[in-house]
Amino acid sequence: MGQTIAEKILSSKSGAARLSPGEIVDAYPDVVMSHTATWRSVAAMKRIGATRLYDPTRLAIVLDHVSPAKTEKYAKDQQTSRNFAREYGIEKFYDVDAGIAHLVLMENGHIKPGDLVVGTDSHCTIYGALGALGTGIGYTEVTSVWVTGKLWMKVPTTIKFVLNGKFNPGVSAKDLMLYLIGKLGADGCGYKSAEFYGDAMPEMSISERMTIANLAMEMGSKCVFVPPDAKTVQYLEGRLKDFSQYKPVYSDPDASYEQEITVALSDLEPMVACPHQVENTKPVGEVVGTRIDQAFLGSCANGKYEDLVVAAKILSGRRVDPRVRLLVTPGSKQIMLEAMKSGVLQTLIESGALVTNPGCSACAGDGGTMADGEVSLSTANRNFVGRMGSAKSSIYLSSPATLAASAIKGMIADPREFF
Amino acid sequence: MGATMQSTISGRVYKFGDNINSDIIIAGRYLIYIEPDELAKHAFEMLGEGFPAKLREYDILVAGRNFGCGSAREQASTAIKGLGIKAVVAASFARTFYRNAINDGLTIVESPEVYAAVQEGEQVSIDLANGKIAHAGREYAFPQIPPSVRKILELGGLANYLKANINSGVS
Repeated sequence: MGQTIAEKILSSKSGAARLSPGEIVDAYPDVVMSHTATWRSVAAMKRIGATRLYDPTRLAIVLDHVSPAKTEKYAKDQQTSRNFAREYGIEKFYDVDAGIAHLVLMENGHIKPGDLVVGTDSHCTIYGALGALGTGIGYTEVTSVWVTGKLWMKVPTTIKFVLNGKFNPGVSAKDLMLYLIGKLGADGCGYKSAEFYGDAMPEMSISERMTIANLAMEMGSKCVFVPPDAKTVQYLEGRLKDFSQYKPVYSDPDASYEQEITVALSDLEPMVACPHQVENTKPVGEVVGTRIDQAFLGSCANGKYEDLVVAAKILSGRRVDPRVRLLVTPGSKQIMLEAMKSGVLQTLIESGALVTNPGCSACAGDGGTMADGEVSLSTANRNFVGRMGSAKSSIYLSSPATLAASAIKGMIADPREFF
Repeated sequence: MGATMQSTISGRVYKFGDNINSDIIIAGRYLIYIEPDELAKHAFEMLGEGFPAKLREYDILVAGRNFGCGSAREQASTAIKGLGIKAVVAASFARTFYRNAINDGLTIVESPEVYAAVQEGEQVSIDLANGKIAHAGREYAFPQIPPSVRKILELGGLANYLKANINSGVS
Protein backbone atom coordinates (compact mmCIF):
# COMPACT_ATOMS: atom_id res chain seq x y z
CA MET A 1 0.00 0.00 0.00
CA GLY A 2 1.31 3.46 -0.90
CA GLN A 3 1.61 6.47 1.34
CA THR A 4 -0.15 9.80 1.67
CA ILE A 5 1.68 13.14 1.75
CA ALA A 6 1.29 13.47 5.55
CA GLU A 7 2.67 9.95 6.07
CA LYS A 8 5.68 10.70 3.87
CA ILE A 9 6.51 14.06 5.45
CA LEU A 10 6.19 12.71 9.00
CA SER A 11 8.39 9.72 8.05
CA SER A 12 11.00 12.02 6.64
CA LYS A 13 10.97 14.43 9.62
CA SER A 14 11.07 11.66 12.24
CA GLY A 15 13.52 9.32 10.57
CA ALA A 16 10.95 6.51 10.62
CA ALA A 17 11.17 4.25 7.58
CA ARG A 18 7.45 4.03 7.03
CA LEU A 19 4.42 5.16 8.99
CA SER A 20 0.76 4.29 9.23
CA PRO A 21 -2.13 6.33 10.65
CA GLY A 22 -2.31 6.28 14.45
CA GLU A 23 1.43 5.88 15.01
CA ILE A 24 3.12 8.49 17.21
CA VAL A 25 6.54 9.81 16.31
CA ASP A 26 8.96 12.50 17.42
CA ALA A 27 9.20 14.84 14.43
CA TYR A 28 11.65 17.68 13.80
CA PRO A 29 9.98 20.73 12.19
CA ASP A 30 11.82 22.78 9.55
CA VAL A 31 10.12 25.99 10.64
CA VAL A 32 8.65 26.94 14.00
CA MET A 33 6.58 30.09 13.71
CA SER A 34 5.48 32.30 16.55
CA HIS A 35 3.51 35.51 16.10
CA THR A 36 2.32 38.01 18.68
CA ALA A 37 2.37 35.08 21.14
CA THR A 38 6.20 35.02 21.02
CA TRP A 39 6.58 36.74 24.41
CA ARG A 40 4.61 33.92 26.01
CA SER A 41 7.04 31.35 24.59
CA VAL A 42 9.90 33.50 25.90
CA ALA A 43 8.24 33.49 29.34
CA ALA A 44 7.86 29.70 29.18
CA MET A 45 11.54 29.37 28.23
CA LYS A 46 12.50 31.35 31.33
CA ARG A 47 10.14 29.26 33.44
CA ILE A 48 11.80 26.00 32.43
CA GLY A 49 15.25 27.50 32.83
CA ALA A 50 16.38 26.87 29.25
CA THR A 51 18.88 29.20 27.58
CA ARG A 52 19.84 27.42 24.37
CA LEU A 53 17.91 26.95 21.14
CA TYR A 54 18.08 23.71 19.18
CA ASP A 55 18.56 25.62 15.91
CA PRO A 56 17.92 29.40 15.71
CA THR A 57 17.64 29.24 11.89
CA ARG A 58 14.39 27.27 12.23
CA LEU A 59 12.62 30.02 14.19
CA ALA A 60 10.39 32.52 12.43
CA ILE A 61 8.81 35.40 14.35
CA VAL A 62 6.21 37.83 12.98
CA LEU A 63 4.45 40.44 15.14
CA ASP A 64 1.07 40.48 13.42
CA HIS A 65 -1.94 40.16 15.74
CA VAL A 66 -1.94 43.58 17.32
CA SER A 67 0.21 45.86 15.23
CA PRO A 68 1.41 48.42 16.05
CA ALA A 69 1.09 48.12 19.84
CA LYS A 70 -2.19 49.57 21.17
CA THR A 71 -1.43 49.60 24.89
CA GLU A 72 1.66 49.63 27.09
CA LYS A 73 1.12 45.93 27.83
CA TYR A 74 1.28 45.09 24.10
CA ALA A 75 4.30 47.38 23.74
CA LYS A 76 6.11 45.61 26.56
CA ASP A 77 5.28 42.16 25.15
CA GLN A 78 6.46 43.16 21.67
CA GLN A 79 9.64 44.53 23.22
CA THR A 80 10.21 41.14 24.87
CA SER A 81 9.78 39.40 21.49
CA ARG A 82 12.09 41.87 19.71
CA ASN A 83 14.78 41.57 22.36
CA PHE A 84 14.59 37.78 22.21
CA ALA A 85 14.99 37.84 18.41
CA ARG A 86 18.04 40.12 18.73
CA GLU A 87 19.62 38.16 21.55
CA TYR A 88 19.36 34.85 19.69
CA GLY A 89 20.08 36.26 16.23
CA ILE A 90 16.75 35.19 14.70
CA GLU A 91 17.08 36.10 11.02
CA LYS A 92 13.45 35.39 10.13
CA PHE A 93 12.15 38.15 12.39
CA TYR A 94 9.47 40.49 11.04
CA ASP A 95 8.24 43.46 13.00
CA VAL A 96 4.80 45.13 13.17
CA ASP A 97 5.09 46.57 9.65
CA ALA A 98 5.28 43.21 7.82
CA GLY A 99 1.75 41.80 7.93
CA ILE A 100 0.14 38.45 8.75
CA ALA A 101 2.70 35.79 9.67
CA HIS A 102 1.42 33.12 7.28
CA LEU A 103 1.48 35.37 4.23
CA VAL A 104 4.78 36.99 5.22
CA LEU A 105 6.54 33.62 5.60
CA MET A 106 5.31 32.33 2.24
CA GLU A 107 6.01 35.61 0.37
CA ASN A 108 9.54 35.66 1.69
CA GLY A 109 10.41 32.12 0.68
CA HIS A 110 10.56 30.59 4.15
CA ILE A 111 8.11 27.76 3.32
CA LYS A 112 8.74 25.06 0.72
CA PRO A 113 7.06 21.82 -0.32
CA GLY A 114 7.69 18.91 2.04
CA ASP A 115 8.45 21.15 5.03
CA LEU A 116 7.03 20.44 8.45
CA VAL A 117 5.90 23.77 9.91
CA VAL A 118 4.41 24.28 13.37
CA GLY A 119 3.36 27.55 14.94
CA THR A 120 1.26 29.38 17.50
CA ASP A 121 -1.71 29.65 15.18
CA SER A 122 -4.41 27.22 14.12
CA HIS A 123 -4.33 28.51 10.54
CA CYS A 124 -0.83 27.12 9.98
CA THR A 125 -2.68 24.66 7.73
CA ILE A 126 -2.33 27.40 5.06
CA TYR A 127 1.24 26.27 4.33
CA GLY A 128 -0.31 23.29 2.56
CA ALA A 129 -1.00 25.68 -0.32
CA LEU A 130 2.69 25.16 -1.13
CA GLY A 131 2.72 21.45 -0.26
CA ALA A 132 4.09 21.83 3.29
CA LEU A 133 2.63 20.17 6.40
CA GLY A 134 1.54 23.08 8.60
CA THR A 135 -0.26 22.71 11.91
CA GLY A 136 -0.99 24.79 15.02
CA ILE A 137 0.34 24.28 18.55
CA GLY A 138 0.31 26.24 21.82
CA TYR A 139 3.00 28.62 23.01
CA THR A 140 4.61 26.27 25.56
CA GLU A 141 4.93 23.64 22.89
CA VAL A 142 6.59 26.22 20.64
CA THR A 143 9.11 26.76 23.44
CA SER A 144 9.62 23.02 23.59
CA VAL A 145 10.37 22.89 19.84
CA TRP A 146 12.70 25.90 20.20
CA VAL A 147 14.69 24.06 22.85
CA THR A 148 14.47 20.37 21.86
CA GLY A 149 13.92 20.75 18.11
CA LYS A 150 11.06 18.22 18.12
CA LEU A 151 7.49 17.43 19.11
CA TRP A 152 5.33 14.31 19.23
CA MET A 153 2.95 13.92 16.34
CA LYS A 154 0.28 11.37 15.55
CA VAL A 155 0.09 10.22 11.94
CA PRO A 156 -3.34 11.25 10.63
CA THR A 157 -5.68 9.49 8.23
CA THR A 158 -6.40 11.46 5.05
CA ILE A 159 -9.51 12.60 3.19
CA LYS A 160 -9.13 13.08 -0.56
CA PHE A 161 -11.02 15.99 -2.10
CA VAL A 162 -11.48 16.00 -5.86
CA LEU A 163 -12.47 19.35 -7.37
CA ASN A 164 -13.64 19.29 -10.96
CA GLY A 165 -14.74 21.92 -13.45
CA LYS A 166 -14.80 25.69 -13.10
CA PHE A 167 -16.37 28.21 -10.75
CA ASN A 168 -19.24 30.21 -12.21
CA PRO A 169 -18.63 34.00 -12.31
CA GLY A 170 -18.95 35.48 -8.80
CA VAL A 171 -18.11 32.16 -7.09
CA SER A 172 -14.66 31.52 -5.61
CA ALA A 173 -12.45 29.33 -3.42
CA LYS A 174 -14.02 30.91 -0.31
CA ASP A 175 -17.49 29.79 -1.38
CA LEU A 176 -16.17 26.28 -2.05
CA MET A 177 -14.71 26.07 1.44
CA LEU A 178 -17.80 27.48 3.17
CA TYR A 179 -19.80 24.87 1.24
CA LEU A 180 -17.48 22.06 2.39
CA ILE A 181 -17.41 23.25 6.02
CA GLY A 182 -21.21 23.40 6.04
CA LYS A 183 -21.43 19.94 4.51
CA LEU A 184 -18.83 18.21 6.72
CA GLY A 185 -19.21 20.25 9.92
CA ALA A 186 -16.66 21.94 12.18
CA ASP A 187 -15.03 18.58 12.95
CA GLY A 188 -15.68 16.82 9.64
CA CYS A 189 -11.95 16.63 9.01
CA GLY A 190 -10.98 16.50 12.70
CA TYR A 191 -7.53 14.99 13.42
CA LYS A 192 -7.28 14.31 9.67
CA SER A 193 -5.18 15.44 6.75
CA ALA A 194 -6.87 16.78 3.60
CA GLU A 195 -5.41 16.43 0.09
CA PHE A 196 -6.88 18.38 -2.85
CA TYR A 197 -6.94 17.02 -6.40
CA GLY A 198 -9.09 17.23 -9.52
CA ASP A 199 -8.97 18.93 -12.91
CA ALA A 200 -9.75 22.27 -11.25
CA MET A 201 -6.53 22.33 -9.22
CA PRO A 202 -3.98 23.23 -11.95
CA GLU A 203 -6.16 26.29 -12.68
CA MET A 204 -6.27 27.45 -9.05
CA SER A 205 -3.93 30.35 -8.30
CA ILE A 206 -1.61 30.15 -5.29
CA SER A 207 -3.85 32.76 -3.65
CA GLU A 208 -6.92 30.53 -4.08
CA ARG A 209 -4.94 27.55 -2.77
CA MET A 210 -4.07 29.59 0.32
CA THR A 211 -7.77 30.30 0.88
CA ILE A 212 -8.53 26.57 0.55
CA ALA A 213 -5.74 25.45 2.92
CA ASN A 214 -6.58 28.20 5.41
CA LEU A 215 -10.34 27.56 5.58
CA ALA A 216 -9.89 23.77 5.74
CA MET A 217 -8.87 24.35 9.37
CA GLU A 218 -12.49 25.30 10.08
CA MET A 219 -13.56 21.71 9.40
CA GLY A 220 -10.95 20.56 11.89
CA SER A 221 -8.15 19.58 9.48
CA LYS A 222 -4.82 18.84 11.11
CA CYS A 223 -3.03 19.64 7.86
CA VAL A 224 -3.90 20.30 4.24
CA PHE A 225 -2.10 19.65 0.97
CA VAL A 226 -2.34 21.05 -2.51
CA PRO A 227 0.23 18.96 -4.41
CA PRO A 228 2.90 21.25 -5.89
CA ASP A 229 2.81 21.90 -9.65
CA ALA A 230 3.91 24.45 -12.26
CA LYS A 231 2.13 27.26 -10.37
CA THR A 232 3.97 26.34 -7.17
CA VAL A 233 7.30 26.43 -9.01
CA GLN A 234 6.44 29.79 -10.52
CA TYR A 235 5.52 31.21 -7.09
CA LEU A 236 8.66 29.90 -5.41
CA GLU A 237 11.12 30.97 -8.11
CA GLY A 238 12.73 34.14 -6.90
CA ARG A 239 11.41 33.53 -3.38
CA LEU A 240 13.32 30.42 -2.27
CA LYS A 241 16.90 31.38 -1.49
CA ASP A 242 18.16 28.08 -2.82
CA PHE A 243 15.92 26.47 -5.41
CA SER A 244 17.82 23.18 -5.23
CA GLN A 245 15.85 22.75 -1.97
CA TYR A 246 12.61 22.46 -3.98
CA LYS A 247 11.74 18.80 -3.35
CA PRO A 248 7.98 18.32 -3.67
CA VAL A 249 6.35 15.41 -1.85
CA TYR A 250 3.49 13.57 -3.55
CA SER A 251 1.23 10.77 -2.43
CA ASP A 252 1.57 7.36 -4.04
CA PRO A 253 -1.08 6.36 -6.60
CA ASP A 254 -2.19 3.54 -4.29
CA ALA A 255 -2.17 5.61 -1.08
CA SER A 256 -4.96 4.82 1.34
CA TYR A 257 -7.70 7.43 1.88
CA GLU A 258 -10.35 7.29 4.54
CA GLN A 259 -12.88 8.97 2.28
CA GLU A 260 -13.09 10.62 -1.12
CA ILE A 261 -15.25 13.68 -1.69
CA THR A 262 -15.87 15.01 -5.20
CA VAL A 263 -17.19 18.49 -5.90
CA ALA A 264 -18.28 19.92 -9.25
CA LEU A 265 -17.31 23.58 -8.93
CA SER A 266 -19.95 24.68 -11.45
CA ASP A 267 -22.66 23.45 -9.02
CA LEU A 268 -21.56 25.94 -6.36
CA GLU A 269 -23.08 29.32 -5.59
CA PRO A 270 -21.92 32.16 -3.33
CA MET A 271 -22.08 31.02 0.31
CA VAL A 272 -22.30 32.87 3.62
CA ALA A 273 -21.48 31.56 7.11
CA CYS A 274 -24.06 32.87 9.58
CA PRO A 275 -23.51 33.70 13.27
CA HIS A 276 -21.92 32.23 15.38
CA GLN A 277 -20.32 29.17 13.81
CA VAL A 278 -18.48 28.72 10.53
CA GLU A 279 -20.39 25.50 9.80
CA ASN A 280 -23.64 27.47 9.86
CA THR A 281 -23.50 28.13 6.11
CA LYS A 282 -26.24 29.14 3.69
CA PRO A 283 -26.40 30.03 0.00
CA VAL A 284 -26.26 33.83 -0.21
CA GLY A 285 -29.84 33.93 -1.53
CA GLU A 286 -31.16 32.89 1.88
CA VAL A 287 -29.61 35.87 3.67
CA VAL A 288 -29.80 38.57 0.98
CA GLY A 289 -31.13 41.78 2.54
CA THR A 290 -29.55 41.29 5.98
CA ARG A 291 -28.45 44.78 7.07
CA ILE A 292 -24.74 45.26 7.83
CA ASP A 293 -22.95 47.98 9.77
CA GLN A 294 -19.41 46.97 8.91
CA ALA A 295 -17.66 45.10 6.11
CA PHE A 296 -14.15 43.79 6.75
CA LEU A 297 -11.95 42.82 3.80
CA GLY A 298 -8.80 41.19 5.11
CA SER A 299 -7.27 38.25 7.07
CA CYS A 300 -5.04 35.32 6.11
CA ALA A 301 -8.06 33.77 4.42
CA ASN A 302 -8.91 36.65 2.08
CA GLY A 303 -6.62 39.65 2.58
CA LYS A 304 -4.38 38.75 -0.36
CA TYR A 305 -3.73 40.86 -3.44
CA GLU A 306 -6.14 38.89 -5.65
CA ASP A 307 -8.84 39.34 -3.02
CA LEU A 308 -8.38 43.12 -3.02
CA VAL A 309 -8.50 43.12 -6.83
CA VAL A 310 -11.83 41.23 -6.89
CA ALA A 311 -13.35 43.73 -4.46
CA ALA A 312 -11.87 46.74 -6.29
CA LYS A 313 -13.32 45.61 -9.63
CA ILE A 314 -16.81 45.57 -8.12
CA LEU A 315 -16.34 48.80 -6.17
CA SER A 316 -14.75 50.70 -9.05
CA GLY A 317 -16.90 53.71 -9.92
CA ARG A 318 -19.41 52.83 -7.18
CA ARG A 319 -19.91 54.02 -3.61
CA VAL A 320 -20.04 52.12 -0.35
CA ASP A 321 -23.47 52.57 1.25
CA PRO A 322 -23.17 55.42 3.79
CA ARG A 323 -24.55 53.16 6.54
CA VAL A 324 -21.59 50.77 6.12
CA ARG A 325 -18.01 51.12 7.35
CA LEU A 326 -15.79 49.28 4.85
CA LEU A 327 -12.49 48.29 6.47
CA VAL A 328 -9.74 47.02 4.19
CA THR A 329 -6.61 45.47 5.70
CA PRO A 330 -4.04 44.24 3.17
CA GLY A 331 -2.59 40.95 4.42
CA SER A 332 1.00 42.08 4.18
CA LYS A 333 3.23 45.03 3.34
CA GLN A 334 4.07 43.44 -0.04
CA ILE A 335 0.36 43.10 -0.82
CA MET A 336 -0.28 46.70 0.23
CA LEU A 337 2.57 47.93 -1.94
CA GLU A 338 1.33 45.98 -4.94
CA ALA A 339 -2.20 47.29 -4.42
CA MET A 340 -0.85 50.82 -4.13
CA LYS A 341 1.17 50.59 -7.35
CA SER A 342 -1.67 49.06 -9.35
CA GLY A 343 -4.23 51.62 -8.21
CA VAL A 344 -6.33 49.06 -6.35
CA LEU A 345 -5.94 50.95 -3.07
CA GLN A 346 -7.00 54.20 -4.75
CA THR A 347 -10.11 52.53 -6.15
CA LEU A 348 -11.01 51.12 -2.74
CA ILE A 349 -10.42 54.44 -0.95
CA GLU A 350 -12.39 56.40 -3.56
CA SER A 351 -15.31 54.01 -3.13
CA GLY A 352 -15.40 54.86 0.57
CA ALA A 353 -13.11 52.26 2.18
CA LEU A 354 -10.94 52.86 5.22
CA VAL A 355 -7.58 51.20 4.50
CA THR A 356 -5.57 50.14 7.55
CA ASN A 357 -1.98 49.00 7.96
CA PRO A 358 -1.24 45.33 7.18
CA GLY A 359 -1.76 42.67 9.86
CA CYS A 360 -4.51 40.58 11.42
CA SER A 361 -6.52 43.71 12.22
CA ALA A 362 -10.25 43.29 12.91
CA CYS A 363 -10.09 39.48 12.66
CA ALA A 364 -7.96 39.46 15.81
CA GLY A 365 -10.13 42.11 17.46
CA ASP A 366 -7.50 44.77 16.68
CA GLY A 367 -9.65 47.65 15.47
CA GLY A 368 -13.07 47.48 13.88
CA THR A 369 -14.61 46.65 17.25
CA MET A 370 -18.38 46.33 17.09
CA ALA A 371 -21.02 47.61 19.50
CA ASP A 372 -24.10 45.82 20.84
CA GLY A 373 -26.47 44.79 18.08
CA GLU A 374 -24.09 45.59 15.23
CA VAL A 375 -23.57 43.24 12.30
CA SER A 376 -20.35 42.72 10.39
CA LEU A 377 -19.76 40.92 7.14
CA SER A 378 -16.17 39.67 7.00
CA THR A 379 -13.89 37.82 4.60
CA ALA A 380 -12.05 36.26 7.56
CA ASN A 381 -12.28 32.64 8.66
CA ARG A 382 -14.15 32.86 11.99
CA ASN A 383 -17.47 34.28 13.11
CA PHE A 384 -17.39 33.17 16.75
CA VAL A 385 -19.44 35.21 19.19
CA GLY A 386 -17.62 38.31 20.44
CA ARG A 387 -14.61 37.80 18.18
CA MET A 388 -14.92 41.33 16.79
CA GLY A 389 -16.23 43.11 19.88
CA SER A 390 -19.51 42.92 21.77
CA ALA A 391 -20.96 39.50 22.60
CA LYS A 392 -24.21 41.03 21.32
CA SER A 393 -22.78 41.76 17.87
CA SER A 394 -22.75 39.23 15.06
CA ILE A 395 -20.47 38.24 12.21
CA TYR A 396 -21.27 36.77 8.80
CA LEU A 397 -18.46 35.39 6.61
CA SER A 398 -18.25 35.60 2.83
CA SER A 399 -16.00 35.87 -0.20
CA PRO A 400 -14.43 39.23 -1.20
CA ALA A 401 -16.92 39.49 -4.09
CA THR A 402 -19.96 39.05 -1.83
CA LEU A 403 -18.41 41.51 0.62
CA ALA A 404 -17.91 44.20 -2.03
CA ALA A 405 -21.42 43.76 -3.43
CA SER A 406 -22.88 43.92 0.09
CA ALA A 407 -20.88 47.04 1.03
CA ILE A 408 -22.44 48.82 -1.95
CA LYS A 409 -25.97 47.73 -1.09
CA GLY A 410 -25.69 48.21 2.68
CA MET A 411 -26.97 44.69 3.16
CA ILE A 412 -25.87 41.19 2.27
CA ALA A 413 -26.10 40.94 -1.52
CA ASP A 414 -25.57 38.37 -4.26
CA PRO A 415 -22.33 39.31 -6.06
CA ARG A 416 -23.32 37.64 -9.32
CA GLU A 417 -25.16 40.71 -10.55
CA PHE A 418 -21.78 42.48 -10.69
CA PHE A 419 -20.17 39.87 -12.96
CA MET B 1 4.63 24.59 39.34
CA GLY B 2 1.48 22.49 38.69
CA ALA B 3 0.82 19.53 40.93
CA THR B 4 1.37 16.08 39.52
CA MET B 5 -1.61 14.18 38.20
CA GLN B 6 -4.05 12.58 40.61
CA SER B 7 -5.06 9.01 39.80
CA THR B 8 -8.74 9.54 40.59
CA ILE B 9 -10.74 12.71 39.94
CA SER B 10 -14.26 12.95 41.33
CA GLY B 11 -16.82 15.70 41.46
CA ARG B 12 -19.86 17.53 40.12
CA VAL B 13 -20.35 18.01 36.43
CA TYR B 14 -21.21 21.11 34.38
CA LYS B 15 -22.45 20.21 30.92
CA PHE B 16 -21.86 21.98 27.58
CA GLY B 17 -23.01 21.08 24.04
CA ASP B 18 -21.03 20.65 20.80
CA ASN B 19 -18.39 22.94 19.25
CA ILE B 20 -17.48 25.04 22.31
CA ASN B 21 -14.73 27.09 20.65
CA SER B 22 -11.65 28.56 22.27
CA ASP B 23 -12.90 32.13 21.64
CA ILE B 24 -15.82 31.29 23.96
CA ILE B 25 -13.50 29.71 26.53
CA ILE B 26 -11.28 32.80 26.60
CA ALA B 27 -11.73 35.80 24.29
CA GLY B 28 -8.78 37.12 22.27
CA ARG B 29 -8.63 40.36 24.21
CA TYR B 30 -7.47 38.45 27.32
CA LEU B 31 -4.54 36.72 25.63
CA ILE B 32 -2.41 39.47 27.13
CA TYR B 33 -2.49 37.22 30.23
CA ILE B 34 -0.96 33.80 30.78
CA GLU B 35 -1.70 33.46 34.51
CA PRO B 36 -4.48 30.95 35.39
CA ASP B 37 -6.13 33.24 37.99
CA GLU B 38 -6.26 36.24 35.67
CA LEU B 39 -7.59 34.19 32.72
CA ALA B 40 -10.19 32.44 34.90
CA LYS B 41 -11.82 35.82 35.71
CA HIS B 42 -12.86 36.09 32.06
CA ALA B 43 -13.35 32.44 31.08
CA PHE B 44 -16.61 31.71 29.24
CA GLU B 45 -17.82 35.29 29.80
CA MET B 46 -19.16 35.39 26.22
CA LEU B 47 -21.90 33.04 27.44
CA GLY B 48 -23.45 35.87 29.41
CA GLU B 49 -24.63 36.53 32.92
CA GLY B 50 -23.44 34.20 35.66
CA PHE B 51 -20.31 33.16 33.77
CA PRO B 52 -17.69 32.34 34.79
CA ALA B 53 -18.69 32.55 38.47
CA LYS B 54 -21.11 29.62 38.38
CA LEU B 55 -18.51 27.27 36.89
CA ARG B 56 -16.46 27.58 40.07
CA GLU B 57 -19.14 25.47 41.79
CA TYR B 58 -18.31 22.49 39.57
CA ASP B 59 -15.29 20.16 39.36
CA ILE B 60 -15.55 18.58 35.93
CA LEU B 61 -16.72 19.88 32.56
CA VAL B 62 -18.56 17.51 30.24
CA ALA B 63 -19.02 18.55 26.63
CA GLY B 64 -20.12 17.28 23.24
CA ARG B 65 -18.16 17.07 20.01
CA ASN B 66 -15.15 19.17 19.08
CA PHE B 67 -14.54 20.88 22.43
CA GLY B 68 -11.95 23.67 22.18
CA CYS B 69 -12.19 24.12 18.41
CA GLY B 70 -10.88 27.21 16.67
CA SER B 71 -7.86 29.14 17.83
CA ALA B 72 -4.73 27.29 19.02
CA ARG B 73 -4.58 29.57 22.10
CA GLU B 74 -3.10 27.67 25.02
CA GLN B 75 -4.84 30.01 27.43
CA ALA B 76 -8.10 28.11 26.80
CA SER B 77 -6.90 25.19 28.90
CA THR B 78 -5.12 27.50 31.36
CA ALA B 79 -8.35 29.45 31.96
CA ILE B 80 -10.27 26.24 32.68
CA LYS B 81 -7.60 25.16 35.15
CA GLY B 82 -7.78 28.59 36.75
CA LEU B 83 -11.49 28.04 37.44
CA GLY B 84 -10.55 25.06 39.60
CA ILE B 85 -11.88 22.56 37.04
CA LYS B 86 -9.98 19.29 37.41
CA ALA B 87 -10.90 17.53 34.18
CA VAL B 88 -12.79 17.88 30.90
CA VAL B 89 -14.71 14.92 29.50
CA ALA B 90 -15.92 15.42 25.91
CA ALA B 91 -17.40 13.36 23.11
CA SER B 92 -14.38 14.62 21.14
CA PHE B 93 -11.77 17.38 21.30
CA ALA B 94 -10.26 19.69 18.71
CA ARG B 95 -6.63 18.64 18.31
CA THR B 96 -5.09 21.95 19.38
CA PHE B 97 -7.07 21.96 22.63
CA TYR B 98 -6.21 18.30 23.22
CA ARG B 99 -2.48 19.03 22.95
CA ASN B 100 -2.67 22.24 24.95
CA ALA B 101 -4.55 20.53 27.79
CA ILE B 102 -1.90 17.83 28.08
CA ASN B 103 0.84 20.46 27.92
CA ASP B 104 -0.97 22.43 30.60
CA GLY B 105 -1.45 19.43 32.89
CA LEU B 106 -5.26 19.52 32.52
CA THR B 107 -6.81 16.05 32.46
CA ILE B 108 -8.91 15.34 29.37
CA VAL B 109 -10.98 12.27 28.62
CA GLU B 110 -12.71 11.38 25.38
CA SER B 111 -16.03 9.64 26.02
CA PRO B 112 -19.14 10.12 23.87
CA GLU B 113 -20.91 7.60 26.16
CA VAL B 114 -20.40 9.69 29.28
CA TYR B 115 -21.51 12.82 27.41
CA ALA B 116 -24.72 11.05 26.46
CA ALA B 117 -25.35 9.65 29.94
CA VAL B 118 -24.47 12.47 32.32
CA GLN B 119 -26.79 15.27 33.43
CA GLU B 120 -25.62 18.59 34.78
CA GLY B 121 -24.93 18.60 38.51
CA GLU B 122 -24.39 14.83 38.72
CA GLN B 123 -21.33 13.19 40.20
CA VAL B 124 -18.75 11.30 38.18
CA SER B 125 -15.49 9.67 39.18
CA ILE B 126 -12.63 9.33 36.71
CA ASP B 127 -10.18 6.49 37.37
CA LEU B 128 -7.17 7.52 35.30
CA ALA B 129 -4.98 4.53 36.11
CA ASN B 130 -7.58 2.07 34.82
CA GLY B 131 -9.24 4.21 32.13
CA LYS B 132 -12.76 4.09 33.60
CA ILE B 133 -15.43 6.62 34.51
CA ALA B 134 -18.00 5.75 37.16
CA HIS B 135 -21.42 7.42 36.97
CA ALA B 136 -24.78 6.45 38.49
CA GLY B 137 -23.72 2.89 39.24
CA ARG B 138 -22.28 2.28 35.76
CA GLU B 139 -18.72 2.18 34.47
CA TYR B 140 -17.56 3.52 31.13
CA ALA B 141 -14.14 2.62 29.67
CA PHE B 142 -12.26 5.36 27.81
CA PRO B 143 -9.16 5.30 25.57
CA GLN B 144 -6.10 6.28 27.59
CA ILE B 145 -3.57 8.83 26.43
CA PRO B 146 -0.57 7.08 24.81
CA PRO B 147 2.10 6.23 27.43
CA SER B 148 4.79 8.37 25.78
CA VAL B 149 2.54 11.44 25.99
CA ARG B 150 1.10 10.55 29.38
CA LYS B 151 4.45 11.33 31.00
CA ILE B 152 3.87 15.01 30.21
CA LEU B 153 0.47 14.99 31.92
CA GLU B 154 1.77 13.02 34.88
CA LEU B 155 4.40 15.65 35.59
CA GLY B 156 1.75 18.37 35.56
CA GLY B 157 2.45 19.67 32.05
CA LEU B 158 5.08 20.33 29.42
CA ALA B 159 6.97 23.03 31.34
CA ASN B 160 7.59 20.64 34.25
CA TYR B 161 8.43 17.84 31.84
CA LEU B 162 11.00 19.99 30.04
CA LYS B 163 12.44 21.27 33.30
CA ALA B 164 12.94 17.69 34.49
CA ASN B 165 14.45 16.57 31.21
CA ILE B 166 16.72 19.56 30.72
CA ASN B 167 18.00 19.19 34.27
CA SER B 168 18.71 15.51 33.70
CA GLY B 169 20.52 16.34 30.47
CA VAL B 170 17.96 14.66 28.19
CA SER B 171 16.25 16.70 25.52
